[in-house]
Amino acid sequence: MANDPIHQFQIKELAGPFHIGGYEIAFTNSALFMGIAVATVTTILLVAAARGALVPGRLQSVGELWYEFIHNMVKNVLGPEGKPFFPLVFSLFSFVLVANMLGMFPYFFTVTSHVIVTASLAVFVVALVVVVGIAKHGLGWFKLFVPHGVPAVILPFISLIEIISFLSRPVSLGLRLFGNMLAGHIVLKVFAGFVVSLGALGFGGILGAVAPLAMAVALTALEFLVAFLQAFVFAILTCVYLNDALHTHH
Amino acid sequence: MEADAAKLIGAGIACIGMGGAGIGVGHIFGNYLAGALRNPSAAPAQFTNALIGAALAEGLGIFSLVVALLLLFT
Repeated sequence: MANDPIHQFQIKELAGPFHIGGYEIAFTNSALFMGIAVATVTTILLVAAARGALVPGRLQSVGELWYEFIHNMVKNVLGPEGKPFFPLVFSLFSFVLVANMLGMFPYFFTVTSHVIVTASLAVFVVALVVVVGIAKHGLGWFKLFVPHGVPAVILPFISLIEIISFLSRPVSLGLRLFGNMLAGHIVLKVFAGFVVSLGALGFGGILGAVAPLAMAVALTALEFLVAFLQAFVFAILTCVYLNDALHTHH
Repeated sequence: MEADAAKLIGAGIACIGMGGAGIGVGHIFGNYLAGALRNPSAAPAQFTNALIGAALAEGLGIFSLVVALLLLFT
């Protein structure tokens, strides 16, 4: 099963398992790459910000672009009240982006292709929306589920739909990132598998293998776009959901 | 019919849903492009909205992929 496209997502225990308080805790490749992602973000941003030159160099420009990109996004979506949430959105974006990008290296583990990681992030975001909404507006925040100007006859149904759509947010937010990364990596592996199995057929097979190889190269480029786009989408949906907590229009 | 065969057929049928997501994402970007060509000066401000719409439409396709994966691997 050398061409098994699911094999790349296997969690391996690198150290342990240690028995701590009745739980089996192991240091896995997932944990290792989460650590590498955090270390990469921290190192890049610390080195980029260390000089603080008036005319930024290459690395400092990257850091400033990165910061300003998220800062503008938070400012446009959330307004001035969103300032306390900028560090959260920036951390989420950076972690997801670097974890996605690290996954693009051959033989590296894609942290965000596991639903437990993305679902934890998504549930945290939506729980934060509820907590911030109730802290800011009290019980009046629940008017979010009762839109203005709707006839009383269909109001219960509209409220039910609003509640269901709110409850499906953590599911869709987590599954979107997970599904995109998982599907992308499976497709890459499947096309790479075509190259190998066609190449084993002899000379004609090697000529035919050029097509899936070209496809794999094109898909790699697409995956880099998806890796960035999904990190951006995760960050901006976090902002849009937080907007519901900060400003209740209904 | 064997249960395994039914599972595999079900996974294949579930993947049809992803085609719907493809249509949705195509609609969003096609309409965005049509609007952007009519009024290029307003286009950059709406690009974020286009991405949000595409992400929301794509998420529903991902649901059908997840259903297919659940059928295959559980």
